[in-house]
Amino acid sequence: MEGSMGQITLSKVAKSFGTTNVIPEIDLEIEDGEFVVFVGPSGCGKSTLLRLIAGLEDVTAGAISIDGRDVTSEAPARRGLAMVFQSYALYPHMSVYKNIAFPLKMAGEDKNAIDGKVRAAAETLNLTDYLDRRPGQLSGGQRQRVAIGRAIVRQPGAFLFDEPLSNLDAALRGTMRLEISELHQKLATTMIYVTHDQVEAMTMADKIVVLNAGRIEQVGTPLELYRSPNNLFVAGFIGSPRMNFVEGDEAAKLDGKTVGIRPEHLQLSKSEGTWKGTVGVAEHLGSDTLLHVHVDGIGQVTARADGEFALRHGEPVYLTPDPSKIHRFDKDGQTIK
Amino acid sequence: MARTVSTRHKAIATVAAWFIALLIFFPILYTVVTSFKTEPEAIAGISLIPSGTFENYVEVQAQRDYFKPFMNSVIVSLGSTLIALVIAVPAAWSMAFSPTKRTKDILMWMLSTKMLPAVGVLVPIYLIFRDTGLLDTRLGLTVVLTLVNLPIVVWMLYTYFREIPGEILEAARMDGASLMNEIIHVLTPMALPGIASTMLLNIILAWNESFWTIRLTAAQAAPLTAFIASFSSPQGLFWAKLSAASTLAIAPILIMGWFSQRQLVRGLTFGAVK
Repeated sequence: MEGSMGQITLSKVAKSFGTTNVIPEIDLEIEDGEFVVFVGPSGCGKSTLLRLIAGLEDVTAGAISIDGRDVTSEAPARRGLAMVFQSYALYPHMSVYKNIAFPLKMAGEDKNAIDGKVRAAAETLNLTDYLDRRPGQLSGGQRQRVAIGRAIVRQPGAFLFDEPLSNLDAALRGTMRLEISELHQKLATTMIYVTHDQVEAMTMADKIVVLNAGRIEQVGTPLELYRSPNNLFVAGFIGSPRMNFVEGDEAAKLDGKTVGIRPEHLQLSKSEGTWKGTVGVAEHLGSDTLLHVHVDGIGQVTARADGEFALRHGEPVYLTPDPSKIHRFDKDGQTIK
Repeated sequence: MARTVSTRHKAIATVAAWFIALLIFFPILYTVVTSFKTEPEAIAGISLIPSGTFENYVEVQAQRDYFKPFMNSVIVSLGSTLIALVIAVPAAWSMAFSPTKRTKDILMWMLSTKMLPAVGVLVPIYLIFRDTGLLDTRLGLTVVLTLVNLPIVVWMLYTYFREIPGEILEAARMDGASLMNEIIHVLTPMALPGIASTMLLNIILAWNESFWTIRLTAAQAAPLTAFIASFSSPQGLFWAKLSAASTLAIAPILIMGWFSQRQLVRGLTFGAVK
């Protein structure tokens, strides 16, 4: 298994639980060494898709292959993948050392080899001082590192992460995000990462797979998705704050059934502009200012200005969309190219 | 004001608890006390003060060797418990972690076998034992006690296993553990408190089981339950000797229960107070 590659292909993969069709049919190609993020709202099937790749669930139809080898009916252990779970899923009765050593022990490696690999992994993850502790005696971030340690010792073909940071607080999440990204740089191993957090997706991914109701809405690099979303769903999901959508007469004026404009692509002015509105809530973040503006004939629009923009609740403001950054959608919500 | 009321309530509750505990314990206490009385004292009337004689114990041991039934009890209750665990751990594992639509029904059906009065199947079991030569053998008794207690063992283990997060077992699977390794290295150690209390309870149940043990044994395989029963018959009742025999029979399990009570209580309330 050592040094194995992590090229993963899903062809016509479908999954139903009883009569519920969770994943109608998916084709997806993941290149070796890629950091792929599955992102989507809860219940979109992203975790199920990951579990299908892991082998923890059986596919209803279709095939999964890793490095050209059909693994559709292989047991999880024989796929050469490692997984980090949302709950960490550490073995509570084993020390950190034994947790990390477990996959090696199961692979039947000898004691000396195990010891060397466990210590090397602990070194990488700053866990050397904690090897004798039980998981219950560790903080959330340390537990997460043990889970990652358990995954890396085996040198798997690919890592699967199932919302690994959702149990951590915001500050720690930022740190762990960086650590996982660095780990990816260092190991250059395929990583598949599931999250509902589009910020995690944007910051970590080489390639993002946006899922909705078991279907792939779009696959692309973070900036591709940001710049040219295929449809309303992707446009609304990627980017923070969320894209503004305009319908009706104002949209028709701009040649779309629906027109989308990101908050950062609206020019703000106190004196003149295309749309006149009144400031509802102003969020002064220091580095930038978010204005939630009520525009007549359109509704609520969010606009973002760099730095400080001194406007308060109830004051008038003018918004001008950057014409080159406008997204136009047809009546089916598809982007008009 | 509220505090005095609550103190009074506490006092009442304590007294009530002690009263009920003593009420439950009284038969055992009285048996032990009676075993130290002479036979005339024993039938004379209720008295908690014995003359302190040991002659009943001497005579009981002289009439029938205590150690043979004692060993039979040990072998049969430990043996049936171990066999039941070996069968029940995988059974409970499959029901807890890969349940089907029928799992609940099967569990109920297993429990329902405990609702049938044992005497209802006495004749067929007796005949099977007679024809297979299992009558009055430790093996036969072990088998029957295993089967009698198996539903309870499966039920208890099932409840404990349900408390173990499935993701940990999935992690073991991802880490390359075979089903056997998953059960041995991950599930069993995690469920150890539950398995231990199941084991203790089953040993107690098997030790005290008296319907089958008395009916399916004679001299060779008779455990302590049969040993007590043998003092209650032919020459009329000898209360003091019967009490001495009973005390000898329950002492080992009482001592074991005393030492393991924390484990037992912890196991029996597992999940209720996480």
